Amino acid sequence: MLRINCPHCGEREHSEFTYGEDANRSLPATDASLETWNEYVYQRDNVAGEHMEYWHHALGCRTWLKVQRNTLTHEISWVGLPHDMPPSQTEAQS
Amino acid sequence: MGKYNALNIAWQALRGNKNWQRAWRDPQPKSHYDVIIIGGGGHGLATAYYLAKVHGITNVAVLEKSWIGGGNVGRNTTIVRSNYMLDGNAPFYEMGMDLWRTMALDLNYNAMFSPRGVMNLAHSKAQYDAFARRGNSMCLNGIDAVILSRDEVLEREPALRAADQERFPIFGGLLQPEAGNARHDAVAWGYARAADQLGVDIIQNCEVLDFIKQGEEIVGVKTNRGDIRADKVGLAVAGNSSRLTSKLGLRLPIESHVLQAFVTEPYKPVVNGVVTFGAGHFYVSQSDKGGLVFGGDIDGYNTYAQRGNLPVFEDVISSGLSIMPGLSRLKLLRNWGGIMDMSMDGSPIIDVGPIDGLYLNTGWCYGGFKATPASGWCFAHTIANDKAHALNEAYTLDRFAKGYTIDEKGAGPYPKAH
Repeated sequence: MLRINCPHCGEREHSEFTYGEDANRSLPATDASLETWNEYVYQRDNVAGEHMEYWHHALGCRTWLKVQRNTLTHEISWVGLPHDMPPSQTEAQS
Repeated sequence: MGKYNALNIAWQALRGNKNWQRAWRDPQPKSHYDVIIIGGGGHGLATAYYLAKVHGITNVAVLEKSWIGGGNVGRNTTIVRSNYMLDGNAPFYEMGMDLWRTMALDLNYNAMFSPRGVMNLAHSKAQYDAFARRGNSMCLNGIDAVILSRDEVLEREPALRAADQERFPIFGGLLQPEAGNARHDAVAWGYARAADQLGVDIIQNCEVLDFIKQGEEIVGVKTNRGDIRADKVGLAVAGNSSRLTSKLGLRLPIESHVLQAFVTEPYKPVVNGVVTFGAGHFYVSQSDKGGLVFGGDIDGYNTYAQRGNLPVFEDVISSGLSIMPGLSRLKLLRNWGGIMDMSMDGSPIIDVGPIDGLYLNTGWCYGGFKATPASGWCFAHTIANDKAHALNEAYTLDRFAKGYTIDEKGAGPYPKAH
């Protein structure tokens, strides 16, 4: 059973959450090229390993969360709000 | 190696069954092949078999990172059907049904194909109408489909009476009488043995780590057992497709998800064919040993772990109890998970790759088992001729960019359909 540590509600069971999608994707500009839109709509990195993704705490605070999860082991290493970044990435940027 | 037949069995039995030979060789990889197929599952082995048998290309290696048949071909609910509606799909799967019917004789291996019928239950007038439409589309494509009344459904499957009287009254059903089940392991082993007899090298414990490129062309693979060169490299690795193509900088319209399946302890005959529940996602059949084999939805999040989680476990079982309350009395024997290559429109890709020397076979979602023979046959044709057969010409990789998706469910770009 996955357990997600919601920043608002604490650690809760997987069944309270709904999986959203890969959090590394960002919406292209409306006038972006067709190739860019094709990449956005259809193509996926489909990472084996650490994966940043959105989960919706549907049966809790109803906030969208950003979760770093290993797709090989199901291990969750970080949970934050959609605009947060995990400490490792924040350091890398500063 | 000899053919399997009744006389042979009797003769071997008289000699204490001590003289059976291994069903396929265990060769060392050669340095060069005409074709390498990555992935020793059902699709990869079938492809190698048809390359050798139909196209006369026998200098072929099937590279499997573990043991053959240990992936999704050994992790499914063994359902074989062709009840598809759209033009790109229906003829492909129906051709597969022809291959299923002749598989045991063709391979000299009993794949135990059992056309016991696949019946989809309708629980409302609207659902019944939708099934009538699907059935009509099937008939137009030459696939036998029968629309059943409530009484006919209950006559076929008396075990559904309990549910019919309670929460989910049955309105009717759609039956594909020629669909059914096959023995999943036997499919992998049968293709392996038959391909091996035609000269194909099946190399197990051989993991592909990277590709060898010459200019822009793929000319071989790097494996944990050394470099192996080939004129053509075909990928048939289901849920691991993106992992391999990422080494070429190629992204695919695929997400990898886990699908769980379940089997109960053996029980007296209670389910006659394959039954799918119409008011929840649940499908069930009974194995020849008596175990009820069933499954439902994928877990719903990207994963490469061949195990699922408990919420879907609970969801599948509760759907099952809604339609067959008696299930609650049975003990579950096993539960397993397989990694599905979920494509963005729910349909597969069998195509000449966008890189020279590469051929793709992926995107089977959770319907790959039934496609095994047709997929192998079409992929072999595509590799041998550098061009798709008419049956798989709709299964291109660039159909997403061009707007020709084959969206059986009508749900849009969504990697969770099948």
